[in-house]
Amino acid sequence: MRVGVVTFPGSLDDIDAIRAVRLTGGEPVSLWHASDSLEGVDAVILPGGFSYGDYLRCGAIARFSPVMAEVIKQAKAGLPVLGICNGFQVLCEAHLLPGALIRNDRRTFYCKDQLLRVESTSTAWSNKFATEQEISIVIKHGEGNFQADPETVRMLEGTQRVVFRYLGENPNGSVNNIAGIANERGNVVGLMPHPEHNVDPAVSPGLDGVRFFASLTNYLTSLAEEA
Amino acid sequence: MARVVVEVMPKPEILDPQGKAVTGALKRLGFSGLSVRQGKRFEIEIEGEITPERIEQATKAADSLLANTTIENYVVRVDG
Repeated sequence: MRVGVVTFPGSLDDIDAIRAVRLTGGEPVSLWHASDSLEGVDAVILPGGFSYGDYLRCGAIARFSPVMAEVIKQAKAGLPVLGICNGFQVLCEAHLLPGALIRNDRRTFYCKDQLLRVESTSTAWSNKFATEQEISIVIKHGEGNFQADPETVRMLEGTQRVVFRYLGENPNGSVNNIAGIANERGNVVGLMPHPEHNVDPAVSPGLDGVRFFASLTNYLTSLAEEA
Repeated sequence: MARVVVEVMPKPEILDPQGKAVTGALKRLGFSGLSVRQGKRFEIEIEGEITPERIEQATKAADSLLANTTIENYVVRVDG
């Protein structure tokens, strides 16, 4: 399983994502924002941090980078893509996911372990969780307030495309406590929390991030068996 | 040189935390009864004359990059 991790100018968590892929049994492949090649990877992670200074809006300029043209094309053809934090913002700007992420309602940067509920297990990145499982994943962001028009929110809720929801206090004011969503096919998932920080017992109090990567392995294995 | 201005504002129904912070600061400074929403202004210098095609080009730029129409509205106008 070869998993590409994109590095944008300003990415912070690309190395952690690469490490998480390796720790969970995958082969990480570094992808560069200015290259239009995905090097034949089986999945792509858009990591957290920043991109192109996040000028204009978070992810707005990164969304037009050469690598994203290829990510958009292949995601529409079914390539599993996970956008974490800034990566989620890039996916929304790229219209691979609906809605947008604005500044946290309390204008506070949050960095903490966050309880989440898994709302959908029918995605490439969440199928190894149990439905309604409660998990703990690190959050650290200032602009994670997910917003969409009421019709889009109804559609997401009605089609099991809300994948993760904040439990307890909502850290950013996102509509319906939404922490992560999927595209219609379930191959593209974006979330504000950072599963790549929850895979190593040496630095993390919980290992719930591991199942994101186990889900991907399971998804790709099932696809290969069907083929 | 001709100039086109694009103004981008958060949609009325979308929370504007930056505007809220500015509103709070104004209140603390004694400017009572002022409520601020914060947007962006882009000044675009255009080569040659402003034609309907140029306006259309600027509108396309606003729609695809300068504004995120999920959360923002924009207006395009000729400056001067």
